[in-house]
Amino acid sequence: MTALTLHAPILLVALPLLGAFATPLVGKLGKGARNTLIGLIVLAVAGLAAMLAIDVFGSGGIPTVYELGGGTFTFPLSGGQVPVRILFEVDGMSAFMGLITALIALTGAFFSFSYWKERSGGNLYFSLFLMLIAGVFGMVLTGDMFNFFVFLEITSIAAASMVGFRVWLKQSQEAGFKVMAMYTLSGLFVLLAIGLLYGQYGHLNIAVLARSIQGSLTDMVALGLLLTGLAMKAGAVPMHMWAPDAYGESPAPMSAVLVVNSQASLYGLFRILFTLFGASISTGTVGWILIVLALLTIFVGVTMALIQSDLKRLVAFGAVSQIGYMLLGVGVGMAVIATRPEYGLVAMQGGIFHMINDAACVGLLFFASGVVIRAAGTRDLNQMGGLGHRMKWTSIFFAIGAVALAGVPPFNGFASKFLIYEAAFKLNPFLAVLAVLSSIMLLAVFVKAFQAAFLGPRSNTSAHVSDPSLGMMLPMAALVLVVIVFGLFPGFFVDHIVTPAAKALWLGRDAYINAVLGG
Amino acid sequence: MNNNSMSVIVRTVTRFMYGLIILFGFYVIMHGHLTPGGGFQGGAVVASAFALLLVAFGSAGLKGQLNLHWLQSIEEFGALAFLGLAFLGIGTAFFYNLFANSGGFLFGASVPTGSNAGVLTAGGLVPLMNWAVGLKVMTGIAAVVIVMLVGSHKEETE
Repeated sequence: MTALTLHAPILLVALPLLGAFATPLVGKLGKGARNTLIGLIVLAVAGLAAMLAIDVFGSGGIPTVYELGGGTFTFPLSGGQVPVRILFEVDGMSAFMGLITALIALTGAFFSFSYWKERSGGNLYFSLFLMLIAGVFGMVLTGDMFNFFVFLEITSIAAASMVGFRVWLKQSQEAGFKVMAMYTLSGLFVLLAIGLLYGQYGHLNIAVLARSIQGSLTDMVALGLLLTGLAMKAGAVPMHMWAPDAYGESPAPMSAVLVVNSQASLYGLFRILFTLFGASISTGTVGWILIVLALLTIFVGVTMALIQSDLKRLVAFGAVSQIGYMLLGVGVGMAVIATRPEYGLVAMQGGIFHMINDAACVGLLFFASGVVIRAAGTRDLNQMGGLGHRMKWTSIFFAIGAVALAGVPPFNGFASKFLIYEAAFKLNPFLAVLAVLSSIMLLAVFVKAFQAAFLGPRSNTSAHVSDPSLGMMLPMAALVLVVIVFGLFPGFFVDHIVTPAAKALWLGRDAYINAVLGG
Repeated sequence: MNNNSMSVIVRTVTRFMYGLIILFGFYVIMHGHLTPGGGFQGGAVVASAFALLLVAFGSAGLKGQLNLHWLQSIEEFGALAFLGLAFLGIGTAFFYNLFANSGGFLFGASVPTGSNAGVLTAGGLVPLMNWAVGLKVMTGIAAVVIVMLVGSHKEETE
């Protein structure tokens, strides 16, 4: 293990944070210097995330532990020692989430360089962008409950500012305020729950808490608060009212990062359910709660998307519904974790695989819709039309993203959704039926959107548009590549990156605890 | 009415007080590793002196003396200094306290065991980080106060 891999967990947080604070200063030197700095940082972050993932996936399920300000203890500890300092603990699931974040950070930053070229406020924009990335990395890598809360708040503040970034627009202000209120509420829920756990056990480290957790009434209250708070921040129905506004009103590249932020909250929920509480809760009941939330999210998200005529909001509701598929997969896995049948792991694989697929597809759709909205000068689908004549590549990219998200083979959305359908069917056929039905409805949504925006005769608005510059095309093409490659070779990716992540959650509770406290 | 400054009593008291408030804020930052408080609290105290000045003399009365541009630059510098100090120990681990008990000039003194009054020159990176945080908080809050003051004045004139 090289020194770089050793320090990768903290560097993934520290480098974007450094960039976030350096951006306004370097920005005074000019846009070139600023973009070089940000480009280098996101490239470094992507490299580090990949190195960390290779290291963790190759370790046979033993998580990496990093002690902040370390040098005193070696991990795992022995003889009843408990960690005092903040620990970062990276298992397969954390490394997997790191890959997703790095993918969107890389494509989002390079897309933004062109997207934000002619606009003012770029220094602030990129500063918030990097801060949000740093917060998401912190959430997925930390092994400490309070530290998790701190990073949750960092993402909340950065995301709320980002949603309300275009202060000159009334709806942007409203969305920013809504997001701020909802994120603060969810943060308070999480903080109160952490307080309850700390009051009982006197520790904040997840591994220590997991070993000592009793499943008392207070623990159940904490569980309820964590479940509500994190599901709220992930945008699960019925706490989703902020999500369409947030995804819809923020600048297009930021919408993709916000989706990853929601996924990080979902990761936090999974980490808490599987690792922190584990067998101390009634897994069947909690699993079914997740499943009900999932079905609601899928169904409400898709049906709301059907009636939208605003392109960005339409994609936003599509993104909300996809959170439901992840919840469904993992919920099925949770419901059967006590008996551990074969299909439980399949469900987990499906739910977790869908995270990276969703990030790629939804990211692609948000980028493309940003390009389309800028070219057409309107967000209203009824006023668009005929854009496909002049914007061939954008329309192809949008179509690929749309059919992949709707779960059409041979794209990646099909691969993960198929695993979810298969496992959900074995638990209860009704679940699979509803999930498939919603996917078909989602396809209808995107057929409508594609037809309205790209097809039809040339019109006055579509006569002078063209595909965007290479700076925006390449990040979109990179995501298309991910969509296609993951769709064509799902077996390879399921075996090498998804299964370690699913096993880390589903089977790896003891390994997670033992990596800190010893066996 | 000269540019919404307050009465002569307030302005006179402010002239006496603001230096003392800033001094107290610096004291809280300086002794952050020994007494209650630290970078954030001390920075907030210093920023309250800036807020007092702004309220007493009005934004126009201080024109140019509290420059938003400079405040923001110092704020970024404070944050970068904090992260830079954390990076210093990366040879061992991020946030590793490199200077503690080193015997060196920068807060390297070691603390005797048993009850004592506290050693100001001990603490290693902690006092330096307190200064970095203090710098960020005092300029950051001052910048927020200025922006809000300017914003509210705009609304009145509109």
